[in-house]
Amino acid sequence: MDRLFDILTILAVVLIVVVLRSLRREHIRVEHSVSWLAAALTLLVLSRSHRLLQQAAAYIGLENEVAALILGILAVFLGVFYRFSRIVSGLKDMNITLTQRVAILEYKLHQQNEEQQAKP
Amino acid sequence: MNFQKTLLLIPAYNEEGAITRVVAEVRALYPDLGILVADDCSTDNTADLARAAGARVLSLPCHLGLGGCVQAGYKLAFGLGYETVIRIDGDGQHNPTDIPRLLAVLHQTGCEMVIGVRAKESGGLQTHFVRKIGIHFFRFILRPILGRTVSDPTSGFVAVNRRALAVFSRSFPLEYPEIETLVVLQRRQFSFEEVPCRMRQRIAGRSSITALKSVYYVIHVLLGVFVNILRFDGRSRKAPAKR
Repeated sequence: MDRLFDILTILAVVLIVVVLRSLRREHIRVEHSVSWLAAALTLLVLSRSHRLLQQAAAYIGLENEVAALILGILAVFLGVFYRFSRIVSGLKDMNITLTQRVAILEYKLHQQNEEQQAKP
Repeated sequence: MNFQKTLLLIPAYNEEGAITRVVAEVRALYPDLGILVADDCSTDNTADLARAAGARVLSLPCHLGLGGCVQAGYKLAFGLGYETVIRIDGDGQHNPTDIPRLLAVLHQTGCEMVIGVRAKESGGLQTHFVRKIGIHFFRFILRPILGRTVSDPTSGFVAVNRRALAVFSRSFPLEYPEIETLVVLQRRQFSFEEVPCRMRQRIAGRSSITALKSVYYVIHVLLGVFVNILRFDGRSRKAPAKR
């Protein structure tokens, strides 16, 4: 079981490093990195704190602390995915509105140019 | 027929094989009718051909899908003060000789939308088997929601008045709009009528809804219908008197 916790710790550290590296290279924006960093830190804390996990497992009513850990990871990442779904939906709505506005503005500009050219 | 304040909207995506004939046919029949082709960022020559055939073209810089493309046309028409917009497909399936009948019903009944439907008395549902199943399924689903039967809820041959334009330019289903549009209208306590039309074979290209995509279509539209019911429930009760 210790090996599992060690692997999770390594995964959490790798996730933090990848996110920080992406931030440095501007592949990911700061406001969008917060969810991933929070998820990675939660994973790190849970994988290193057996006592906390045991308490959480007892509170939930689980006998196995690994099950509590998996439940915790699932909850955290579901939260992250939901947050990003909302962000992506908002961005898509904005993209649609902007695309339509640009098209309408270009259309009106084109019409105005044609009218001006038609004037003697 | 007087087409002042009336616009014909043709949403098009990669319709270079058909758009010239569609625009030319409408122009020959109704020279006074304004034609707007909403080009959904086609990768072929749709926009240029439509322009050459005599249509005005609204070119979207990104591909939005049918709903986003139609809504862009509705927004422009609403902003320019049009009273009526007729929408036909860019593949030649809809016969423009039916346009005056749609407009006549729209004006005579005072309803907000008229749908040109593939009706039995005018040649029946001339479509593939999977789509027929989908149409029957949605007829069944929509009947209790709308309180009436719809012959062909998937038809894209529609005429709308300014009241519907005002609503659609603010809120319009984006991916597969036809069925959800009916629910949007119903939640606003708007009404619609149907006019039987004989649909033709498409001039070129294929339907974007293949047999496999039909499954996704059904799930997507079902979800959209129920989301629309929830979304507009509060507002529909506050809707102002219609006419």
